[in-house]
Amino acid sequence: MKSRKDGGDRLFQAAMMGFALIIVLLIVGIITELTRSSMLSIKHFGFSFFTGMTWDPVFENFGALPFIYGTLVTSLVALLIAVPIGVGTAIYLAEYAPPFLRKSMSLLVDLLAAIPSVVYGLWAIFELVPLMRTNIQPFLGKYLGFLPFFQGPNYGVGMLAASLVLAIMIVPFIISISREVIMTVPHVYKEAAYALGSTRWEAVRSIILSYGKTGILGGVILALGRAIGETMAVTMIIGNNVTISPSLFSPGYTLASVIANEFTEATGNLYLSALIEMGLVLFIVSIIVNMIARMLIWSVTQKQSTGTTLKPRAL
Amino acid sequence: MVGYAETIHRNDAQTASAIKAAFERTRSYRFWKDRIAVYFLFLCAVCVLAPLFSILGDLLTQGFSALNLDFFTKLPKPVGESGGGMANAIVGTLILLGIALTVGVPIGLGAGIYLSEYAGSRFAFVIRFLTDVMNGVPSIVYGIFAYTLFVVPMKSFSAWSGGAALGIMMIPIVTRTTEQFLRMVPSTLREAGLALGAPRWRVTIDIVLSTAKGGIITGVMVALSRVAGETAPLLFTAFGNRFWHSNLTEPIAALPIQIFSYAISPFEDWHRQAWAGALVLIFIVFLINLIANYFVSRQSKMFAGRK
Repeated sequence: MKSRKDGGDRLFQAAMMGFALIIVLLIVGIITELTRSSMLSIKHFGFSFFTGMTWDPVFENFGALPFIYGTLVTSLVALLIAVPIGVGTAIYLAEYAPPFLRKSMSLLVDLLAAIPSVVYGLWAIFELVPLMRTNIQPFLGKYLGFLPFFQGPNYGVGMLAASLVLAIMIVPFIISISREVIMTVPHVYKEAAYALGSTRWEAVRSIILSYGKTGILGGVILALGRAIGETMAVTMIIGNNVTISPSLFSPGYTLASVIANEFTEATGNLYLSALIEMGLVLFIVSIIVNMIARMLIWSVTQKQSTGTTLKPRAL
Repeated sequence: MVGYAETIHRNDAQTASAIKAAFERTRSYRFWKDRIAVYFLFLCAVCVLAPLFSILGDLLTQGFSALNLDFFTKLPKPVGESGGGMANAIVGTLILLGIALTVGVPIGLGAGIYLSEYAGSRFAFVIRFLTDVMNGVPSIVYGIFAYTLFVVPMKSFSAWSGGAALGIMMIPIVTRTTEQFLRMVPSTLREAGLALGAPRWRVTIDIVLSTAKGGIITGVMVALSRVAGETAPLLFTAFGNRFWHSNLTEPIAALPIQIFSYAISPFEDWHRQAWAGALVLIFIVFLINLIANYFVSRQSKMFAGRK
């Protein structure tokens, strides 16, 4: 009787453990499959793959630098736009907004996060790009045109448009993580600041921002990971042009969008292998970015949980 | 230079008013800084919501004007002919989501049960970390993985490979939410079950899982809504199809792919259909989210009632 129960238990536990092991297998599988499939390109180009500026499918000469450049520039510009706005909104929601606004706003932010990438792309093609062409880029060119970032012909599509749509897409992440971090700030600190006569803004700046900066940084890095891997919306409006130009007005290309555009058309093993190597780069970068972000967020929540265990529980 | 003694002997009223003026000056400065900060933060919130309202407004106006019965019942028309619909893409998306569910739910559920009920700390830490990693991997990488895993050996784009790519993407979310909700089940319930002589696996299935049912459904729905709109992993797995698929080993149409190819096309009529497709896709995603919300509120009421 007893042994039969043990047998059932053991079987069940083994089965559940098997499911958990599948997750390990999947990660190992992704790494080995991508490495195996990109071996041809890795062997053929070596490190020059990352410094090569030409992308020539006809003569099978592939360099990824323009794509790496496009990915980095669009992601960083997106962060530059999204971080102040996202953190600002999170502070507004957590500290200033009246309760009814707080509730409906967080619902709307969730809605923003739920919109699929391809719908953002569709909207960007028909709303954002015309707006860029007729208003935003002429304005920037007129007043900031002395900077190299805002020069050159104005197509509407390009790296600035891609950065903007990326910013819109990562803002919900920044808001939700910043809000979570702000919630962990102990009330007594804020109350102490108020007791010393500080205004609300002074309390926000000196207490909330300094207490939460590690966690918010973690959220920002997580958002960076999202932006680097984002494919569809960027592909639809970046202009898909293999160049390295300092101007944000100029069309560009990213790692993810070149894979999306050319994967099914890749003729020849070396071409396909080069594209898969870019996927491998994206995978590795996303793992590193996630590790850093998780550690930062983890260190914050850890601090918080030790704080609560120190409180007398019996009360 | 005014000596110290002279300062003390200055008129008291004069000193008081000077101090007050200085205080007022800094106070009004700090006060205005605070006001400006409020307006700036409010402006941030407006900046976040403006695109959302623009997108929703466009979807409702452009999408609804292009929706008709044909859209749900007809196949896409050849280039140059107007009319037609996305019936095959709507059905295709539902089939892909069905395959994704059968791939993602058992693995995610099992791993979640393992994490909550059995795992020792170190192995659990590794699994949790890996689910976080999986969550952050760009969706296009899953597309490449499914391509090398299924499309290359089968020598054809297929519904199976697309569904599998989406299913794999669901795993981390289902795992983590399952674990989270199972942990919320009070241990007294488990102990009661064990005390009645039930083996642990029966306790897990009959007591723990059934108590946390609502939470688990929520996790599955959240994962489903996240992959429902995914395009990148389908581009070279499901591939898309302008006709009905005859079986699941063939390329299959999907709403997101159809929206993508119509949006970047040069035809006015296809643009209108892309908006209609986007409206239907958003509707599906929001519907799944609503189901998730219903179950999570029911579950939290249940946990609250138990305490």
